[in-house]
Amino acid sequence: MAVSDPLITIDRLKTHFFTDDGVVKAVDDVSLTIPKGKTLGLVGESGCGKSVTALSVIRLISPPGKIAGGRILMQSNGKAVDLAELSESEMRKIRGGKISMIFQEPMTSLNPVFTVGAQIMEAIQLHQDVNRAEARRRAIEMLDKVRIPVPEQRIDEYPHQFSGGMRQRAMIAMALSCNPQLLIADEPTTALDVTTQAQILELLRGLQADFGMSILIITHDLGIVAEMADDVAVMYASKVVEYAPVQELFEHPLHPYTHLLFKSRPELGKAKTEKLRTIQGMVPSPLRFPPGCKFHPRCPYQQEICRREEPELREVRPGHWARCHFAGELNYD
Amino acid sequence: MTDRVLLNVVHLKKYFPVRKGLLSRVVAHVQAVDDISFQIRQGETLGLVGESGCGKTTAGRTIVRLLEPTGGRVEFDGKDVAAAQGAELRRLRRDMQIVFQDPFSSLNPRMTIKSIVEEGLMVHGLGSRNERLDKVRETLEQVGLDPSYINRYPHEFSGGQRQRVSVARALALGPKFMVLDEPISALDVSIQSQIINLLVDLREKFGLTYLFISHDLSVVEYISDRVAVMYLGEIVEMARSESLYANPLHPYTQVLLSSIPTMDPARRRRRIVLQGDVPSPIHPPSGCRFHPRCPWAKEVCRQQAPKLLEIDGHQFRCHAVEKEQMGSGDYELPKQRTLPSEAQLEEAELAATK
Repeated sequence: MAVSDPLITIDRLKTHFFTDDGVVKAVDDVSLTIPKGKTLGLVGESGCGKSVTALSVIRLISPPGKIAGGRILMQSNGKAVDLAELSESEMRKIRGGKISMIFQEPMTSLNPVFTVGAQIMEAIQLHQDVNRAEARRRAIEMLDKVRIPVPEQRIDEYPHQFSGGMRQRAMIAMALSCNPQLLIADEPTTALDVTTQAQILELLRGLQADFGMSILIITHDLGIVAEMADDVAVMYASKVVEYAPVQELFEHPLHPYTHLLFKSRPELGKAKTEKLRTIQGMVPSPLRFPPGCKFHPRCPYQQEICRREEPELREVRPGHWARCHFAGELNYD
Repeated sequence: MTDRVLLNVVHLKKYFPVRKGLLSRVVAHVQAVDDISFQIRQGETLGLVGESGCGKTTAGRTIVRLLEPTGGRVEFDGKDVAAAQGAELRRLRRDMQIVFQDPFSSLNPRMTIKSIVEEGLMVHGLGSRNERLDKVRETLEQVGLDPSYINRYPHEFSGGQRQRVSVARALALGPKFMVLDEPISALDVSIQSQIINLLVDLREKFGLTYLFISHDLSVVEYISDRVAVMYLGEIVEMARSESLYANPLHPYTQVLLSSIPTMDPARRRRRIVLQGDVPSPIHPPSGCRFHPRCPWAKEVCRQQAPKLLEIDGHQFRCHAVEKEQMGSGDYELPKQRTLPSEAQLEEAELAATK
């Protein structure tokens, strides 16, 4: 999509894992743009490549995986830097500084033997030239911003003394402590209850308004996308299959996969006489992707050409891209 | 659905001791399930919702007697589940089955699908070897699995297929009642609806009765005839599904409904965001257990535990259900919400005191 003010432009990214069983193309030719100050939602099911895409941006892919092609351009002081090309030491300055990340399981992302405060201060002192006292002051300020009650006391507590929601807040405080330009949130609320999820999403939206950072949010929940994202990319089997502004996507889903994802969830307040739509079969293994369109074995609308030829991602409606031979021609009623 | 009550839960309590010190003295109790009562009629599905730690899973396990109740009674088909012994207990164990959340840890990785589904039949001494094999094949087919997979191991299956195996294991004994404990929450979105449809089909085909435990309010609405909402070990609201979702009376139910992300990006609403976290079930708050987090709490809520009131079959446990107290503010609540009149409330109070 043409975006006037991009922060990150992912251009034909390929991240492959060279395993004993063969090459797993976890991310295959993915192009996305994260605009400045906006939120891009990346949706898909387990194994579709959404997390690997995010980990590639922050360069946390470890062997046997590697970025096998493409560019990840980040705008920085008027220049474009290709993150895929940076050395590890250069990347270390960006990671946690200009780009930071929060994960699904806040308990496993926090070190249990250090206090929450020590871990936030470490991030601050690593990227900013401040002394301990100043780092502590900033850590308390950050904990206050993420609405941890009595932050000057809680800063000296250990992760196990925090509830699940508070741990995720502490992670957010740490991630935002260096005022990053991009926050990557990988399923940030999946491990949390609905009411806590609502708190965290509200908090992220408020912080984005204050700090002006871009957010890349990864989720399997279309509801969270509807609440948070400005643009949405739907991934299936290592590729982007649909890409559009959020409202456009929800009003006119073009790819059969997106359409079926919408229809397979019961909607609150809707009559329950109707049977739920299902998507037959299961997500294919990246070692044995089907030929042609990767969704065709599960697609109720498949034709002969789908088995033979892989469709291109093309702009079907203005600003709305889909990877389907029949996008725009299918009648979804 | 018939009018016959199949499951009758009466003042059920389950406390877990908290031990401390050298002698492991019991210093307190986790009041995981604290005095819950409900009935499920034959063929009916009751949804049990609440957040982690509210006691919904403990309730399910105590009902099928995987845990011994601390107090109260569970009657199944007129029989006292906790008192049952010998042949009667074995019969009950066939009639009441449970399906667990995580199909990755609830299936023994060293057993084939055949032995997993057959095990219950063997334990209960049902059928000859060949009859059991036929039954396993038949059951696998009923849950939508290819019977030729019979000699495979759980790791050869996807999450959705494994959950089908768990359902088959429960179904093989021909139960009347099944506790479904978060049966879809470990599955991918595109697979969840397959399992929901399967459960609905089986319910119709075999006239099954379900207790469907979940934190997912949309799914619970879809599958349940009635819904009970739990908070800190208590049922705070229970009603027919339509009534509960269209007309939630308890503030906690309203908060839960308001917390679900809308599927409409144009309508990002103001939601009721709860303050703080769920308090510890070891020392639940005084008065109404929800009062420290309730946006509408008043003085009486701090001091007095509200009684369970019932108006037209809609049960709730709240002091603040009055027109002036609720529905104010700029929160989006269901549109046709009708709060009970003062006369109705008084009548319900009176009935509860008797």
